[in-house]
Amino acid sequence: MGLAKRIIPCLDVDNGRVVKGVQFLDIRDAGDPVEVAKRYNEQGADEITFLDITASSDDRATTVHMVEAIASEVFIPLTVGGGIRTCDDIRRMLNAGADKVGINTAAVFNPEFVREAAQRFGSQCIVVAIDAKKVSQDGEEDKWEIFTHGGRKPTGLDAVEWAKKMVQFGAGEILLTSMDRDGTKNGFDLGVTRAISEAVHVPVIASGGVGNLNHLVDGVKEGKADAVLAASIFHFGEYSIQEAKEKMQDSGIEMRL
Amino acid sequence: MTNKQKSVVAVIDYGMGNLHSVAKALEHVAGENTQVVITSNPEIIDAADRVLLPGVGAIRDCIGEMYKAGLVPSIRKAMAEKPFLAICVGIQSLMSHSKENDGVDCLNHFQGNALFFGETHKDYDGSKLKVPHMGWNQVSQTIKHPLWKDIPDNERFYFVHSFYVVPENQDEVAGTCDYGLNFCVALAKDNVFAVQFHPEKSHKYGLQLYKNFINWDGKP
Repeated sequence: MGLAKRIIPCLDVDNGRVVKGVQFLDIRDAGDPVEVAKRYNEQGADEITFLDITASSDDRATTVHMVEAIASEVFIPLTVGGGIRTCDDIRRMLNAGADKVGINTAAVFNPEFVREAAQRFGSQCIVVAIDAKKVSQDGEEDKWEIFTHGGRKPTGLDAVEWAKKMVQFGAGEILLTSMDRDGTKNGFDLGVTRAISEAVHVPVIASGGVGNLNHLVDGVKEGKADAVLAASIFHFGEYSIQEAKEKMQDSGIEMRL
Repeated sequence: MTNKQKSVVAVIDYGMGNLHSVAKALEHVAGENTQVVITSNPEIIDAADRVLLPGVGAIRDCIGEMYKAGLVPSIRKAMAEKPFLAICVGIQSLMSHSKENDGVDCLNHFQGNALFFGETHKDYDGSKLKVPHMGWNQVSQTIKHPLWKDIPDNERFYFVHSFYVVPENQDEVAGTCDYGLNFCVALAKDNVFAVQFHPEKSHKYGLQLYKNFINWDGKP
């Protein structure tokens, strides 16, 4: 009896289509975002995350309409990330039906934006997305660093310290993506997941690397994640959300079935 | 065919909150004889058949915006006379006081306070619990109520909050939840019902609660 761990399918949306790349290359088409979101809703997803990865920030209006369309038919929480840089961006997404917004690069370049956003809209809707890469060598103490630009640019920021700072500034949740694992299907980076989850008091969503259902179980049991996010294992029909939830429940994790 | 006017559900817009989601969820279950209106116009709220007070965000801004928009008299009037449902920060705004934002006096429809879980919230066994309380948790129905119709006891609803309400009068508690402590997540008094969770984000049983609200005559 109590709070269930969450499964969150993620829709990476580029030019109005759900895509999924391996390490952000080799992008494969996975369908219309509204249809995909409806399917996950029916399968029992606990939330949906919509990441606008359109390289050019040409027309945010497309994203707004898509969020509106999803929110009209899908009555579970919706997080929207990608290109959120100002309080106006946040207001627009919340008004369109998003429940939370993910702030990534803008937080790195202007941490005060997170503080301002949390004060204005409440921490509960501010998700800070962290892209981390392991920078320690074998034999050294584990160390992870924040990277921007799809994992290409190092920032010099220690991932665990950064997560703590973002929570102090008002982040209500951390979406942690391992850039080493994203798209590899080798499982989450459990080390960084656990280090951050134990260091902060807000929920942590593990992301990056899910290739099978055991990885989801490990994310919660070993990584101490409060929620697990995956994309391609669901998009291409390898597993349904329901199967994933049953697997996790069978492993002793409290789920909403 | 009929001269009967549509029944109006007014969703109060005071510049905060997920009005789109709330309105869409209401429309989804409303049927053709019910009209859902998002409004900050006191006259429309006064004339509506039922009123929903949503809420997302920090309490100081919520209460501040309600006063600034001149909506408090209409909110009080609605609570005195017609089916009224408050959601999330909406339930906290109906308490006497909230500890959020260094303390904010609220509308005092329910006596009691909104308290912070704390950053070091712990489960019964001493293990760390995350705050905000975010996700799907089970709601135990402590009274029979028309708004619980066709919703199984201990069904899961979606929560996102760091503050929880502690009413002084236990008779007003309609539902509870467990998260390191047993706390109130639904309040009921006459024609007013208030919930901490988000029905519009709680899939089919959340929609059922909205359907129950649309069909509710305001009697407990």
